[in-house]
Amino acid sequence: MDISHSHNSGSPHQHILHRLHALQQQFRHISPHAMQRTAAEFNISLSQVAAVVAFYSFFSTQPRGRFDILFSNCTSCGYLSGDQDLMQMLCQLLQVTPGKTRADGLISISETSCIGMCDQGASLLINGLPVTALNAEKLTQIAQRITTESPLTDWPTEWFAVHDRIYRRDLLLMEQHAPGSALQTALAQGADQTLAVIQQSGLRGRGGAGFDTGKKWQLCRAAPGDAHYVVCNADEGEPGTFKDRLLLRDHTDAMVEGMTTCALVIGAKQGFVYLRGEYRYLLPHLHAVLDQRRNQGLLGQHILGYENFEFDIDIVVGAGAYICGEESALIESLEGKPGIPRIRPPFPVTHGYLGQPTIVNNVETFIAAAHIITHGSVWFYSIGTEQSRGTKILSISGDCEKPGIYEYPFGVCIRQVLDDCGAQNVQAVQIGGPAGKLLGAAEFNRAISFEDISTGGSFLVFDQQRNLLAIHRNFAHFFAHESCGFCTPCRVGTRLLKNNLDKIAEGRGTAHDIEELKQLSHLIQHQSHCGLGHTAAHHVLDGLQHFPHTFSAPLQPHFTAQFDLDQALESARQATHRNDAAAHLDNE
Amino acid sequence: MSDNPSTIRIDGQEIPFTAGQTIMDAALAAGIYIPHLCHYSGLPPSGNCRLCVVENGNRSVAACITPAVTGQEIRNNTPELNEARKAITQMLFVEGNHICPSCEKTGNCKLQAMAYHLGMLDDHFPQFYQRRELDASHPEILLDRSRCILCDLCVRASRDMDQKNVFAIAGRGTDAHLIVNTPSGKLADSTMAVTDLAANICPVGAILIKEIGYEVPIGQRIYDQQTIRETGLQEHVDRKNDD
Ligand SMILES: Cc1cc2nc3c(=O)[nH]c(=O)nc-3n(C[C@H](O)[C@H](O)[C@H](O)COP(=O)(O)O)c2cc1C
Ligand code: SF4
Ligand code: SF4
Repeated sequence: MDISHSHNSGSPHQHILHRLHALQQQFRHISPHAMQRTAAEFNISLSQVAAVVAFYSFFSTQPRGRFDILFSNCTSCGYLSGDQDLMQMLCQLLQVTPGKTRADGLISISETSCIGMCDQGASLLINGLPVTALNAEKLTQIAQRITTESPLTDWPTEWFAVHDRIYRRDLLLMEQHAPGSALQTALAQGADQTLAVIQQSGLRGRGGAGFDTGKKWQLCRAAPGDAHYVVCNADEGEPGTFKDRLLLRDHTDAMVEGMTTCALVIGAKQGFVYLRGEYRYLLPHLHAVLDQRRNQGLLGQHILGYENFEFDIDIVVGAGAYICGEESALIESLEGKPGIPRIRPPFPVTHGYLGQPTIVNNVETFIAAAHIITHGSVWFYSIGTEQSRGTKILSISGDCEKPGIYEYPFGVCIRQVLDDCGAQNVQAVQIGGPAGKLLGAAEFNRAISFEDISTGGSFLVFDQQRNLLAIHRNFAHFFAHESCGFCTPCRVGTRLLKNNLDKIAEGRGTAHDIEELKQLSHLIQHQSHCGLGHTAAHHVLDGLQHFPHTFSAPLQPHFTAQFDLDQALESARQATHRNDAAAHLDNE
Repeated sequence: MSDNPSTIRIDGQEIPFTAGQTIMDAALAAGIYIPHLCHYSGLPPSGNCRLCVVENGNRSVAACITPAVTGQEIRNNTPELNEARKAITQMLFVEGNHICPSCEKTGNCKLQAMAYHLGMLDDHFPQFYQRRELDASHPEILLDRSRCILCDLCVRASRDMDQKNVFAIAGRGTDAHLIVNTPSGKLADSTMAVTDLAANICPVGAILIKEIGYEVPIGQRIYDQQTIRETGLQEHVDRKNDD
């Protein structure tokens, strides 16, 4: 199997995800014939190509519109985050049904999971590019431009602007990184000492799980293999997380330097940045930084003149699959396969990419590592709490005056964060995204840290006006959509959970459904294969504990049907071409 | 904990294991049944059905993919775990379209046998009624995806034993479905034969060999004679070329 080992995207050996992306862009879909050609070109089975196309949301086998729009459905940057249903509005303006390409092939509109624009207002992707700060007026203009087939390059550039707002800087965000500085230090002190500094710093992974970074590097370094690999996890799929979006753009050098330092420690020649498809717009910038570093002698052969130090990085762009943030699914995706989490053990540190020892770290982790090398372990270790050293970069969004980026020393109190971002009348916060923790006001004195409330960066604020049941439904739909489908409890369970919450919200729930929610949640949590399933029902259990009224208020006192009787007759109506009053049941 | 370096305990019973064995391997070798649907001794394990989830300390692990490690104290046959297994079996029943009374696999079906084993009396969850494609193109083999439980056994059997790689699973979440590795997507265009392991390993009535459906009368079928526990302890395939 040939997987990209080349260092620029124009080379003949592209990554299969990139080939499929190009096909999707050109033909608006991936045809059976294109799949066959791709299988032949990559020398893999047709079923593998078909499985990849089916797995990733951004690929389709049916033609999408020449203007292909995906509205985010996140609680912060989604089409329902304001007062109006923006997707419905645009669909009406353009006479198109969500999920169905208009007959003339001009336009298709559907929805997608959080696109990481949570501090930019309601947002969408059009042919892969983010358009932010949506409102009724902008949608009207968008509809006009689409109707007149105005090419995207003629659209106002301001529409595509992503304005980063950093409200609090600390250790990492205050740094002005000079390219090569950390690497100079690392090379001067050698791999052993560099590893020791990382170990002494107390750095733990910033992607969510918080594994000890020094220990991970040490295990990988010690693992035998034909080659070692460094992978930067820039998949940032947890709804409400957008700090890597900022870091990838403004701290790219430090990130690459962290990866290169890691390569020195573990003895890797090849690295990858796995970039979520939603952030494809960052690709030109990332390539420019990599090129510049090659020119500066900071990437490629003989790095900084060291005869035996060679390392380079490829960027692989995902195609819409939250599960690919899970490190073993990410590696599967790197290998050109559907992102199904692997059997672990063995873990990536010993058996990762192509079965070889592999480090997977988050963007922020690599950046912290680079600065730790420059400043020494004490600089980092002296900040934070006992088991959570250093700082954490939060991406705050939802009901607050100042959504944006905030960096705090670990141990900061939730109430402090809420005050700083101008959140008032707060009903609840969801920390760590839908997979994280839902907390009510009684717990706002708790702290952000691995000991207490940990987060990969997502911090969602919900005020008293918010309907929490709608939030739970949103999360449940997210997990049902993103479950990779591999294991029964998550595949079937997340869908049952979603159906159950829908049923309660539609006023057809009974007390029995509350018990059902609990049991289902426990089952998904304990019996699933990977972290997605283990965390997918947390929000329901938290909600039942802290906000039981959310679920019990809409319940029916009497027996109600599991299903909507009238809806169940729909297929019969279609078959008989009837839609008159007598073909409907009165559900009242 | 025992002093013997290569033993684990399952529900208090101490059993030996050899290096490289999973908890499932060790259990089956010792005559201890851990319920499973996607595992078949001799094929590489997958871990997708999750019926074999056991408790190791305070962690839940799938026995078929978790290495046996000296001193493990495993809980397997507990009321809580069997309840969870029953719920998972019910999930599989409502996800697909299982027509037991009229299915020609009835009595030979592992999903059905598992339901009996776990004392499942109803579906519990609302049915999904998913529409799934039927493939009757092959002259001798029928593929009815409505009854597929996505156990991946035919995929592994075809790839690792038959060396034909006829199947794969594609699609995410409940869109996951079995696909055939041919340009038409039809079984008729594959090299699949009735003698393939893949044609005979399906635990349910999703892959059926045509024209033999009712040769064995109901009442004399596998699970009319024995329980799934007994089958589970006995059956295995030998790998042709162990690599
Ligand atoms: C469903 C799921 C999604 C994940 N998504 C991400 C992600 O987008 N970015 C990330 O860095 N880690 C993500 N992780 C965690 C990774 O598996 C892994 O722990 C992390 O990349 C390791 O890097 P770190 O130690 O630097 O945090 C995810 C985990 C799960 C289970
Ligand atoms: S828990 Fe969900 S995402 Fe993880 S392997 Fe199972 S089905 Fe896939
Ligand atoms: S067809 Fe049968 S063997 Fe194949 S995945 Fe489905 S249930 Fe398993």
